[in-house]
Amino acid sequence: SGRARVDDDLLEELEEVLITADLGMQTTRQLVDAVEERLGRSEAADPQLVRQVLKQEMISRLAAVDSPLDLEQARPMVIMVVGVNGVGKTTTIGKLARLWTSRGKKVVLGAGDTFRAAAAEQLAIWGERAGVDVIRHAEGADPGAVAFDAARAAVARKADILLLDTAGRLHTKANLMEELKKIRRILEREIPGAPHETLLVLDATTGQNALIQARLFKEAVEVNGLVLTKLDGTARGGIIVAIANDLGLPVRFVGIGEGADDLRPFDPEMFVRALFE
Amino acid sequence: MFDNLTEKFDTVFKKLRGRGRLSEENIKDALREVRLVLLEADVNFRVVKDFIAAVRDRALGQDVLKSLTPAQQVIKIVREELARLMGEGEANALDLAARPPVPVMLCGLQGAGKTTTCGKLALSLRRQKRNPLLVPADIYRPAAIEQLKTVGRQINVEVFDSQPGQDPVKICEAARAYAELNGFDTLILDTAGRLHIDSELMQELVRIRDSLEPREILFVADAMTGQDAVNVAESFNQVLDISGVILTKLDGDARGGAALSIRAVTGKPIKLVGMGEKLDALEVFHPDRMAQRILGM
Ligand SMILES: Nc1nc2c(ncn2[C@@H]2O[C@H](COP(=O)(O)OP(=O)(O)OP(=O)(O)O)[C@@H](O)[C@H]2O)c(=O)[nH]1
Ligand SMILES: Nc1nc2c(ncn2[C@@H]2O[C@H](COP(=O)(O)OP(=O)(O)OP(=O)(O)O)[C@@H](O)[C@H]2O)c(=O)[nH]1
Ligand SMILES: [K+]
Ligand SMILES: [Mg+2]
Ligand SMILES: [Mg+2]
Repeated sequence: SGRARVDDDLLEELEEVLITADLGMQTTRQLVDAVEERLGRSEAADPQLVRQVLKQEMISRLAAVDSPLDLEQARPMVIMVVGVNGVGKTTTIGKLARLWTSRGKKVVLGAGDTFRAAAAEQLAIWGERAGVDVIRHAEGADPGAVAFDAARAAVARKADILLLDTAGRLHTKANLMEELKKIRRILEREIPGAPHETLLVLDATTGQNALIQARLFKEAVEVNGLVLTKLDGTARGGIIVAIANDLGLPVRFVGIGEGADDLRPFDPEMFVRALFE
Repeated sequence: MFDNLTEKFDTVFKKLRGRGRLSEENIKDALREVRLVLLEADVNFRVVKDFIAAVRDRALGQDVLKSLTPAQQVIKIVREELARLMGEGEANALDLAARPPVPVMLCGLQGAGKTTTCGKLALSLRRQKRNPLLVPADIYRPAAIEQLKTVGRQINVEVFDSQPGQDPVKICEAARAYAELNGFDTLILDTAGRLHIDSELMQELVRIRDSLEPREILFVADAMTGQDAVNVAESFNQVLDISGVILTKLDGDARGGAALSIRAVTGKPIKLVGMGEKLDALEVFHPDRMAQRILGM
């Protein structure tokens, strides 16, 4: 056919960049196809141009689903934070509390992780750092009861934002996913429309499994936004391109460290540029 | 997925029926499918490349080409080669044969599962009639010390008393002295999560190592880790000369290609795997099972 083809050496080089950044084989192939689709035969022989068009393709996929979090849609705006174990949920909540408090919002935190050792203590320290109230129960308590109390407290204290932490859980554990759904229902019952945002936290060091995580958490609790943490390491977090493609989920924030201020809004262009560095 | 792979192989080889001998090109086609499977399982790009080259050499050196069941034959080579790379047949038990108290240090990236695994290890050692002391040397993460203390309470293992204001090296040294006086035979050092590119914090681990001389330095890695596993593992190994690896969160559905990557770049054995959040969810590592899991079998 007359179709443009990127030559084998360049293809292997690009594959290495994209695969190494955790985009996955399928997305990588789709992107290369899209590039070949767009370019003429002679253009496809120009490595510079190919790279440039490839970046554009990625940026446009991410930009197409990109949308900032609208905090004004409800009051209190209820945000539930979910994800697998150890990805950075609690830390991200601490950072968000700090960010929004500094912008004049009244924030309340709910310590919905009653399972992991000292999870509530950890959140309480973040609450102190941001100067916000933390609603917590004893370890081993019912997380639904925490959600209930936190929702009540957010309303009573006229909070602008309630951030509810949840215990890390693998998306494959049916009973734990059921528990999340129950927490969701409790929030909804207490505050109509809640949770207004369900944030799935993904660790940038995670590989292809992040796509399955996103799919299953979305199915279970209607995730509408992502936070990509640990981008301060050497992992690139390229799986979010596949997630944008397949599930249309936007990245709301990225985590770039363990400190309270190490959180940034997501910028598709910057993200893609970093993939090639 | 195993059936998948067999099917794909069959298709590759079926095309050739009646055309005489298989060619090198046909083996390459089959191995292209293996490459895909490994990349989808998160095995590192470069590691896959080397692996495929090794399998190709072995396949061509044998009579796969004349075999009646070339698909099975190639799969067998792939499996064997993978299991070998994963450490099949090598010893991977913890080595605690030293003068007590024997220090065991856990290290790794943030959130990998170190603190939980310290608890699991303590429980497992206790069941082997040892007397471990848990040592909280993470002064950075909010409530990290409290987390380890809670874990210790849950399994009834003593946790050395330390404070966030103290130097981690001093904490470990004081814990050793305390253990000597109080009859503990093993020290389990829970260090803070850190990035491999954070040279200051990596040097802190070096200072702990140089002072305590741990018998085991275990790199704790999340089974869901992607391509970056090689960079991280290589750095930790270069800086610390780790003695082994613990792979956590294998109770999920991650294919765990990171195991192969880590093993390939460090050459160090994977000794234990974490199979859940509960403190008894620690198991020995089986290279052959891991190989099958990575292949999706
Ligand atoms: N380098 C880096 N570390 C991070 C970032 N976000 C979180 N962490 C660290 O990752 C580790 C785990 O963070 P947590 O906030 O406890 O994660 P979690 O998802 O709440 O964990 P569980 O509740 O146990 O499931 C901690 O050591 C954090 O300091 C980030 O953006 N960069
Ligand atoms: N499902 C599952 N979860 C695990 C496993 N091991 C640890 N976890 C969970 O992973 C999360 C992080 O574990 P931690 O032990 O706090 O990890 P860490 O490496 O000490 O984290 P930092 O100290 O912040 O670097 C917790 O939610 C643990 O319960 C495992 O084998 N399976
Ligand atoms: K992790
Ligand atoms: Mg947490
Ligand atoms: Mg820890």
